[in-house]
Amino acid sequence: MSSTLQLFKQTFRRDLTLAFRRKSELVNPLIFFLIVASLFPIGVSPEPNFLSQLAPGLVWVAALLATLLSMETLFKSDYEDGSLEQLLLSPQPVFLVVLSKVLAHWLLSGLALTLVAPLLGVMLFLPSEGMPGLMLSLLLGTPTLSLIGAIGAALTVGLRRGGVLISLLVLPLYIPVLIFGSSAVQAAVTGLPLDGYLALLGAMLALALALAPIAAGAALRISVSG
Amino acid sequence: MAFETFADFLNMGGHGLYVWLSYGLGLLTIALCLYLPIIQGRETRRSLRRRIQRESVKS
Amino acid sequence: MASSWLPRWFYQLASPRWCYSITGKLIPWFAAIGGLLFVIGLVWGLAFAPSDYQQGNSFRIIYLHVPTAILAQSFYMLMAIAGAIGLIWKMKVADMVAKSVAPLGAALAVLALATGAIWGKPTWGSWWVWDARLTSMLVLLFLYLGVMALNSAIESETTAAKSTAVLALVGLVNIPIIKYSVEWWNTLHQPATFKITEKPAMPAEMWMPLLVMVIALYLVFGLAMMLRLRNEILTRERRAGWVKELLGS
Repeated sequence: MSSTLQLFKQTFRRDLTLAFRRKSELVNPLIFFLIVASLFPIGVSPEPNFLSQLAPGLVWVAALLATLLSMETLFKSDYEDGSLEQLLLSPQPVFLVVLSKVLAHWLLSGLALTLVAPLLGVMLFLPSEGMPGLMLSLLLGTPTLSLIGAIGAALTVGLRRGGVLISLLVLPLYIPVLIFGSSAVQAAVTGLPLDGYLALLGAMLALALALAPIAAGAALRISVSG
Repeated sequence: MAFETFADFLNMGGHGLYVWLSYGLGLLTIALCLYLPIIQGRETRRSLRRRIQRESVKS
Repeated sequence: MASSWLPRWFYQLASPRWCYSITGKLIPWFAAIGGLLFVIGLVWGLAFAPSDYQQGNSFRIIYLHVPTAILAQSFYMLMAIAGAIGLIWKMKVADMVAKSVAPLGAALAVLALATGAIWGKPTWGSWWVWDARLTSMLVLLFLYLGVMALNSAIESETTAAKSTAVLALVGLVNIPIIKYSVEWWNTLHQPATFKITEKPAMPAEMWMPLLVMVIALYLVFGLAMMLRLRNEILTRERRAGWVKELLGS
């Protein structure tokens, strides 16, 4: 048990350390998030009323795409330098490795996106009543996105051009999270109670937490051995 | 019979275009789903047969 | 494979040779019965079923739209279950079934979407409405396309089959969630839209041809699947003795 927990901790710490060494990769999803969100006022209309109506969906779509963009690298460098194979050979369950890597990844992408989101909200004239809903829904929704994305990353890790493919595999699975996430923000803007949406997002997170690491672990074994 | 004349049948109460377009697409799709594997199978069998003959000549 | 509680045919199915010969025997039956039922359903639905009091004759698209939608969904299930069997029992034939079903399922989803859109024009006045059923069908099509893209991106056949199976299973778990969320989203944004296929009570003259068409399309697309499966078996087993024997003579 203790060695299992240790594996989890060590993988987690190693991933964080490695991520902090490559600072540019760390901020890339955040910059992408900001750029995508600023494309809409430029491309559609800078009119405040119009934008504030679109804002809940826009921020969520931008967050979803930014998460997706950062997913591809989740297992890539470990696969290329062979350490992934070593991890898979260890007697500990694979899903723990996946879980710790996803957690480290989420801290640097999903959580960071959640913290930057109010800035986007302001840029897109999201009413201030919507901010708590935005942050809470992203806080509960982005881990689910990371977990589902890990399955896609695991399936495509052995492929040279996995970038577009991973979005094809994962985006349809993101739809429920997008629906409930943006609806939560919408509800917060109109002053409706949020707990129902947050409960649904939480339920999806629980389901993803239980099943996605297993699926991603199986996918990693297939990709690495193939 | 829900229609009096054949022209009525074709006209479908003014919705002929939609009904016949749907069924045309449907028939086309079904035909393709059956036809493509059949010619593909013929091709596969032919190339496999040629390969088997080549191998038997060699040995 | 030590467990013996599974019936014998299950193990026989695992043999590509047995599968090839049994599908060869089944194909004429599927073609005859499927073709006959298809013609009956088509004539019955198009010419004899009464027209809908609200939608008139455009309602007759139901006899194509609903069966294709049902088939697109059940083919996805078939693909995922076959993939799971392939993963668990390492059964080659199951992998081949999963691979041959995917393009057919995608074609069915496209057909369901196209007929839905065409039906939408006289009913809603526009070719596309973000109706709950159509949207879920669109997502189902995306899932099929993802599975097919993954399968064609991986070169090794066994790896491709296993990866595809995992993806199909993940999709299978997600389908109910997607369906529920899309339905919920739809009622939130478009309260009380007119649902084209939801009838409180359909008289027997209307649903009988529908039932015939569903069965007919199951048989016809089952036939298409068997044809694809046989090609797949021949290609993958080309080095096996029985294939050489079969084609050599």
